[in-house]
Amino acid sequence: MVVVMESGRNRYGSPEDPSSAGWTEAKRMRLFSEEEPFVTEFGGRLPGVEVEYETYGELSPGRENAVLVEHALSGDAHAAGWDGKWGERPWRERKPGWWDGIIGPGKAIDTRRFFVICQNVLGSCYGTTGPRSADPATGKPYALSFPVVTVGDWVRLQAKVLDELGIERLHAVVGGSLGGQQAIEWGLAFPERVERIGVLAAAPNLSAQGLAFNAVGRHCILNDANFRGGDYYDGAPPSSGLAAARMLAHITYLSEDGMDKKFGRRLRSDIEHGGFGAEFEVESYLSHQGRSFVDRFDANSYLYITRAMDYYDASRRGGGDIVEACRRIDADVLVVSFDTDWLYPPEACRNFSRALAMCRKSVTYVDLSSPYGHDAFLVETERVGGLLRPFLEKRRASS
Amino acid sequence: MTPGRVSAALKLADFASHFFGVPAEEILRFVEERRDNGRARSAPHQAYCWQDDVLEQEIPRGASVLDLGCGTGELLARLIERRGVRGQGVELSSGAVAECVARGVPVIQSDLDEGLKGFPDGSFDFVVLEETLQTLRRPLGILREMLRVGKRGAVSFPNFAFWKVWVDFAVGGRMPVTGSLPYQWHDSPNIHLFTYGDFADWAESSEVSLSKVFVRSGEEVRPFEEGDDFRGEEMLVFVEKKQLRE
Repeated sequence: MVVVMESGRNRYGSPEDPSSAGWTEAKRMRLFSEEEPFVTEFGGRLPGVEVEYETYGELSPGRENAVLVEHALSGDAHAAGWDGKWGERPWRERKPGWWDGIIGPGKAIDTRRFFVICQNVLGSCYGTTGPRSADPATGKPYALSFPVVTVGDWVRLQAKVLDELGIERLHAVVGGSLGGQQAIEWGLAFPERVERIGVLAAAPNLSAQGLAFNAVGRHCILNDANFRGGDYYDGAPPSSGLAAARMLAHITYLSEDGMDKKFGRRLRSDIEHGGFGAEFEVESYLSHQGRSFVDRFDANSYLYITRAMDYYDASRRGGGDIVEACRRIDADVLVVSFDTDWLYPPEACRNFSRALAMCRKSVTYVDLSSPYGHDAFLVETERVGGLLRPFLEKRRASS
Repeated sequence: MTPGRVSAALKLADFASHFFGVPAEEILRFVEERRDNGRARSAPHQAYCWQDDVLEQEIPRGASVLDLGCGTGELLARLIERRGVRGQGVELSSGAVAECVARGVPVIQSDLDEGLKGFPDGSFDFVVLEETLQTLRRPLGILREMLRVGKRGAVSFPNFAFWKVWVDFAVGGRMPVTGSLPYQWHDSPNIHLFTYGDFADWAESSEVSLSKVFVRSGEEVRPFEEGDDFRGEEMLVFVEKKQLRE
């Protein structure tokens, strides 16, 4: 039963809004066993996997209205609506799901029409099995004995969940950033199961600069005195390392211009100057981002998920050639980039759309102008929704 | 206009009538209209797109069509709906691209001056370039690309040799403003204006044949006739590479 707790109406709306997915409750599914383990791309074996997922809307009798939404690095299955059990995850008290502006009754991904599914990825810390979960062999958290996972593993596991839900074919897979790469991977791994792919702020792989940022983030965690080889679950977690990783990553999510507009060089007036506290507003913003992240995220999960992001390269499906890889795709594709995104810059996204065009696929590529950098796919819900809505509603060009 | 200019205009109308094969009264009417209305945009840009009507007739059912500078995607939406074509657009303007998406027309937001990188040789039956060529920095580059990517091309453009352009320029001494060239010198996107003759010269020197030419003159749309190099306001030309003799 959903325990409805009091949650004040605020700038994010409220669960009572007619366009809100309302109160939500996560579901769990147990898959695989000692006899039939989940085998990862790298050969790791997981004797049991639990997947946390949420759904919104109703599956149609013909089961053809399912839309899979993919979350990014630090995301979870709570894509829309208000968590009815926010007491267990207090940071959800005042905020709806991470894509609430896009998903809901009458919104771009219209839950009156579509059955929306969002699953937490393998290795994360939001209900799906990950390094913090207990290894049945020892009864203790896996920590770094958890197998390395890949985007391919995630998508394969998601497909298994859909099998269990009786969903053979997806109307669409949509995601931003690392979620966009999962959408690409869906089109490559299961071309016969997906009709539309929406890729936002994501390219077929991460650039050397992106790899470098992830490396520094992991360096911060791995060298935190509390890290202790990942076996920190019985003591203090490597919070300062994780916070530093998050602060660094957050810089890559914003644009230079956006940061200037939001903070400029403004100094806080409420603290003493002349030392090394968070004196500049941008400093204070980042340290807040770092602090609040450590309350809700597991450092080991951060290592595993950024590694999966590093490894992902869609062109591997074509022997290193992205055009060859794209030939596998059968879906109509929408690619959206943001002109100030320097993590997955427009040129990388445009090249992906050109590779699709090269294979005579039906492709739409749009470069939106936004001051929000990489984060724009989460922030610019109105404009992103304006592109997603017709893309999801139109008849397929290539069928 | 001074009386001297008016009498000069009469002489010009007489001369132009012989030269262009247009009735002198029509030329005088145009000159007077310009005198009365000044350089206001008296002839508004055609709201309907005659080229689209011709293309809908000429492009076979089920063909694949690449529309370069597809604008808001009207032509492609129409061809997809009525002719069952496989359509793909390329457009630079963000606003227009958003409208394509709203119509469900596949479109790649990209600058045509960067070429058609990404589209393989011969991947479309038709490549359409409507009213765009004269706005490009490297028009010949896109023509070459067009015939690389497409088996046939369809190019439409305002004909700068159209008699009204000529007369407007001669009488007014200002950059010509007409229905198909509705801009002032400073706000015009048309940076490479050319005539039907220029286009034909390019085709001749590039081993390209003009398989069909349609002309709009006023309200009338017709296949190219003798003298239309001056009477045609806008042209729609179907081009293909000449078959090389063995």
